[in-house]
Amino acid sequence: MRSDRNSSAPIALKIAAAAGLLFLHIPLLLIFVYAFTTEEKSYQWPPPGLTAKWFAVTWNRPDVWEALALSLKVAAISTLIAIILGTLCAAAVSRSKFFGRETISLLVILPIALPGIITGISLRSAFSLMNIPFSTWTIVLGHATFCIVVVYNNAVARFRRTSGSMIEASYDLGADGFQTFRHIVLPNIGTALLAGGMLAFALSFDEVIVTTFTAGQQQTLPIWMLEELVRPRQRPVTNVVAMVVVLVTLLPILAAYYLTRDGDQTAGSGK
Amino acid sequence: MVSAVSFQKVSRHFGSVKAVDAVDLDIEPGEFFAMLGPSGSGKTTCLRLIAGFEQPTSGAISIFGERAEGVPPYRRNVNTVFQDYALFPHLNVLDNVAYGLMVKGIGRAERLKAAEDTLALVRLPGYGSRMPGQLSGGQRQRVALARALVNRPKVLLLDEPLGALDLKLRENMQEELKLLQKSLGVTFIFVTHDQGEALSMADRVAVFNDGHIMQIGTPHDIYQRPASRFVADFVGSSNVLPPEFVKLHSGQMRWASLRPEAIRVKREQDANGIPADVVALNYLGASTRIALDVNGLRLHAMIPAGQPLPEQGERVTISFNREQIHLMDGEA
Repeated sequence: MRSDRNSSAPIALKIAAAAGLLFLHIPLLLIFVYAFTTEEKSYQWPPPGLTAKWFAVTWNRPDVWEALALSLKVAAISTLIAIILGTLCAAAVSRSKFFGRETISLLVILPIALPGIITGISLRSAFSLMNIPFSTWTIVLGHATFCIVVVYNNAVARFRRTSGSMIEASYDLGADGFQTFRHIVLPNIGTALLAGGMLAFALSFDEVIVTTFTAGQQQTLPIWMLEELVRPRQRPVTNVVAMVVVLVTLLPILAAYYLTRDGDQTAGSGK
Repeated sequence: MVSAVSFQKVSRHFGSVKAVDAVDLDIEPGEFFAMLGPSGSGKTTCLRLIAGFEQPTSGAISIFGERAEGVPPYRRNVNTVFQDYALFPHLNVLDNVAYGLMVKGIGRAERLKAAEDTLALVRLPGYGSRMPGQLSGGQRQRVALARALVNRPKVLLLDEPLGALDLKLRENMQEELKLLQKSLGVTFIFVTHDQGEALSMADRVAVFNDGHIMQIGTPHDIYQRPASRFVADFVGSSNVLPPEFVKLHSGQMRWASLRPEAIRVKREQDANGIPADVVALNYLGASTRIALDVNGLRLHAMIPAGQPLPEQGERVTISFNREQIHLMDGEA
């Protein structure tokens, strides 16, 4: 391995890297361009003309708002459930030893390893067996299965790095359980929970497969987009929605990135 | 007078493991008390029973006359210096030290002032704004000490606090801890597996083995008059003499101990002494330790620097005063 920081990569490698990045990101730009096209039935290149009218059209379509509201609601509730249950589970698994601990750890992680279609089918048949009608909560339940894993993994890694005697030290110095959680546990796992929560939110927000099995007639935003692509009418509306979603999700992701970066440095230097 | 800490037939069992078994103990107020023993002997469990992290399976624990069973750690006027220091990595040194006062609801200005004063006490003035990660091991140790002392505990527990420090720093801290304890008058209870540390710092030492206390006494008692073979062996490597040998030289059929420095080694043959073969010589600086074989019995002798040394394999004559043979009460 060369560790010389000044050594420059060969020109061919630079070109390959640039090409790779462009390949990944040009399609995103294309989506943005099609949001302004005047052709509404097919994706024609180059666009015959440019217009901003699709923004107004999108704004006035109630089905967009309904789908967006449902997606936000499902993602928010799933993330909240995941943060609470994932953290508790991580605390139990990393801070105490009990019979079946490894099994529980494996079972918690399993949903993210399972193909979504398996999770979807099994949940759907379970719901119909138990006569549970489809609702927001059936979608939330489906999403929570994999959201928990993301939070759990983040929290477990942080708990392993946090020494157990720190909590004992807090008790020893006169703090009760609540004070210890508030002043010692939370600041030490906070950034991990934030990162896990952001990821869980993002996973839930664009989930399609599990949702198709647990949503019934309801439409989350990704499902709405999928349906919309099939219909040859007002296609650019989909692109407008996609563009807004990209721009809006970029901000919290950037925020999470900077927050956890600083947090990791602080937590790491304490070791 | 009320004891600082009192154990009456205290046991702590983990399943079939008797970590602490029917221990009786009385620690006086203002005492520097050491719990000495090998790992797994129950000394740390005893400390955790006093701190409240463990509850006794049976028996009674009192701290300054108040029953402590069932009282959680945060309601005991006892503080601990942890082996790994357990500093809070997200708080700076001053907030670490002030933590105990903060959770008790003492105002910010007052608690930071108290924390500053305590940092000065452990000779870390002006370190308040650093983060724990920026400190050396010795400095972290002092912060941990200050954080425990700021609450003015009646009893301070120290769990192998010097274990992670290098030798020179350890010797300095031993002296400092001793001086600090005398000036504060707080009861210190100190867990260690290092007999040198226990003997040099403590007013009294309890020697633990297998969940039992083998002997409690002053360092001098423990060192000069070990009650059992275990204590003789663990504390300062006394020679353990089997009953047959003791009967031959002092008339009683009993186990006994003999300090290595009590054995005189002569290079010439002498009918009054006991013949022995030199097995090995260990140069220790101030003295040389000699391993001897007496008819199959292994003995160690100490020869101060400057005296003539025998050679390995040489046959020598050893002698000792009969009064130096200490019969052990703890052995049948």
